[in-house]
Amino acid sequence: MEILIKFVVVPLVKIAVIVGILSGGIAYLTLLERKLIARMQHRLGPMRVGWHGLLQPIADGLKFIIKEDVIPLKADKVLFSIAPAISLIPAFVVFAVIPFGPPDSMWGTGGYVTDVNIALLFVLAVSSVGVLGIILGGWASNSKYPLLGALRSSAQMVSYEVAMGFGIIGVLLLANTLSLVEVVEKQKQMGVWFFFVQPISFLIYYICGMAETNRLPFDLPEAESELVGGFHTEYSGFRFSLFFIAEYANMITVSSLAVTLFFGGWLRPFPNVSSLAFLDLIPAPLWFVTKVFIFLYIFIWIRGTLPRFRFDQLMNIGWKVLLPVAMANVMITGAVLLRFI
Amino acid sequence: MNKNAMEDDIFGPVGETILDANQITINMGPQHPSTHGVLRVVLKIDGERVIDADCVIGYLHRGTEKIVENRTYVGAVPYFDRTDYIAAVSNNLGYVECVEKMLGVEMPPRAQYIRTMMTEFQRIASHLLWLATHALDIGAMTVFLYAFREREEILKLMEALFGARLTIHAFRIGGLQLDLPLGFLDACRKFSDGFDAHVDEYEGLLTNNRIWLERTKNVGVISGPDAINLGLTGPALRGSGVNYDIRRARPYAAYADFDFDIPLGEKGDTYDRYLVRVEEMRQSNRIIQQCISRMPPGPIRGKSPRVIKPPVGEYYHSVEAPKGELGYYIVSEGKTSPYRCRIRPPSFVNLQALRTLVKGHLVADVVALIGTLDIVLGEIDR
Repeated sequence: MEILIKFVVVPLVKIAVIVGILSGGIAYLTLLERKLIARMQHRLGPMRVGWHGLLQPIADGLKFIIKEDVIPLKADKVLFSIAPAISLIPAFVVFAVIPFGPPDSMWGTGGYVTDVNIALLFVLAVSSVGVLGIILGGWASNSKYPLLGALRSSAQMVSYEVAMGFGIIGVLLLANTLSLVEVVEKQKQMGVWFFFVQPISFLIYYICGMAETNRLPFDLPEAESELVGGFHTEYSGFRFSLFFIAEYANMITVSSLAVTLFFGGWLRPFPNVSSLAFLDLIPAPLWFVTKVFIFLYIFIWIRGTLPRFRFDQLMNIGWKVLLPVAMANVMITGAVLLRFI
Repeated sequence: MNKNAMEDDIFGPVGETILDANQITINMGPQHPSTHGVLRVVLKIDGERVIDADCVIGYLHRGTEKIVENRTYVGAVPYFDRTDYIAAVSNNLGYVECVEKMLGVEMPPRAQYIRTMMTEFQRIASHLLWLATHALDIGAMTVFLYAFREREEILKLMEALFGARLTIHAFRIGGLQLDLPLGFLDACRKFSDGFDAHVDEYEGLLTNNRIWLERTKNVGVISGPDAINLGLTGPALRGSGVNYDIRRARPYAAYADFDFDIPLGEKGDTYDRYLVRVEEMRQSNRIIQQCISRMPPGPIRGKSPRVIKPPVGEYYHSVEAPKGELGYYIVSEGKTSPYRCRIRPPSFVNLQALRTLVKGHLVADVVALIGTLDIVLGEIDR
């Protein structure tokens, strides 16, 4: 009975809560984005549905569900239908290993669904499956613009995942573990967020993360003004909304991982300074969510500011700038660790 | 029907390249967010590289030139609002001045000044729309809304004076319909004083932005002689360093009275054309300020006949529209309507440079290059 509760009931409840919060969060992230960008552009954003547009995400969701689901005649029906799901599911699965609170929180069950010793590899592996959905979606549409979008995204994802991997290694060398919970614990132990030890590593990770999530300035697979809508040109209604949700879920993933790896996850600022202990009154998950929101804000801010890269420039940056810098960073970190620790 | 019929038509026989599986033909437009209307560009691409491009136009053809043959000279004016619908005032000015030239009517200075001022406002509005869409095509969405904010102010001024915002029917043959409304010059001054700061704002977002530089520098380079051979006019020509501006070369309206610089580019790439247009907005603002401070009193109508019957002959008059040389060639048989009215639209002539410009560039550059030519389909198809 105890085993049943520990390994089935508790994780199920946690999964339900996380999926619920995440879905709601994504819905309102779209509203937040529209409102923030509207502020940056001297306009109001959604104002009609609910007070200051607060019910807009719900209206949008309803609209997507009610809309006609068009499958083009020449499309590969099976792949076309499952591609959005392939893109969406990994985006949610990743949250199984991301810690929101310390291991002794939540009545001793830990502030995470599960803590595996290869969590980081798991995150990287699962999130690359999501790319497959985009590629399949573009391919299965059997149309030229989506095909170009899919080609772009496959090239982009592959090149930026390499640089991202090398970017993260810098942190792994410091933490000596792949478990995300232990990465955070290590930051508490060392008394410093890894960002301050590995700023270059963070910048590389964040830039690559932006490319992985198809956000401006790297939104080439969609590139509304060039490829009309890129891989999702032929999608409509609910299937389109799944791609849309996946993009925002990925934004949250990238931000959560950035917080976990570089900004001390659930830890309060200066985790070892006892005179700031009153900050612990704010529960750990709230610290986590706050930090995640800061990174989501940066995502949105950048979208409001920058133009889009061109495909060849994107490749140049990935292979000729980010990758060498990331590799150099790994080597220097390794050398320093060998010499001094 | 032969499925390659279209490719056959546009690019010659398919046979020579049929084995190369890398080449595909994609159809950009007529419904595409970045072709600025109903332009259709048939692109032949290898991966993302453009091998050839062909523009297909005519989706917005309304037969303006033919309609005008069946209208009186006065009744024809509103049709020209609808050719370049982004810059109706400039179109009106070209036509109205051409007819006045035919009649030999002299304009009183106040009418000239008001015409000049409003045309420069229109130039700013047109350039703002160009900047907005050009930046949006390259992905900078905030500039779009910033530019529309100022354009809105100009449209309000237009509405105050002419009663409409877009297709304005601004000028009448022989002068203006109404004098400036009360407080109009103050409103103009208020806009004009704040405008340069707004231009700085756009420039702050773009001019030194790494991504903007990479997307526009060395894209679509065209040398001065090539630009002349292609018949480019307006900012597209001056971006290549050719100093030709009709406001200076053959002054019309009241341009001879004002000080303004003609910005020139050096290399003739997309970035130079961007800089030229942005600087032109500042210069237009300078002209507006001079207009406001030196606005002469007096009548707003010249001595034009009640029934307009220009003497027999052929006439050509061109003005510097925001997009380039806008010319009207009118043949009169001495009747109340023209025998022939040919419009020389700058967009139409500038568009023919597109094929030369895009060859060898990537798909993403095509939208940047369509943007940099600043075309309006209403004017191309007429």
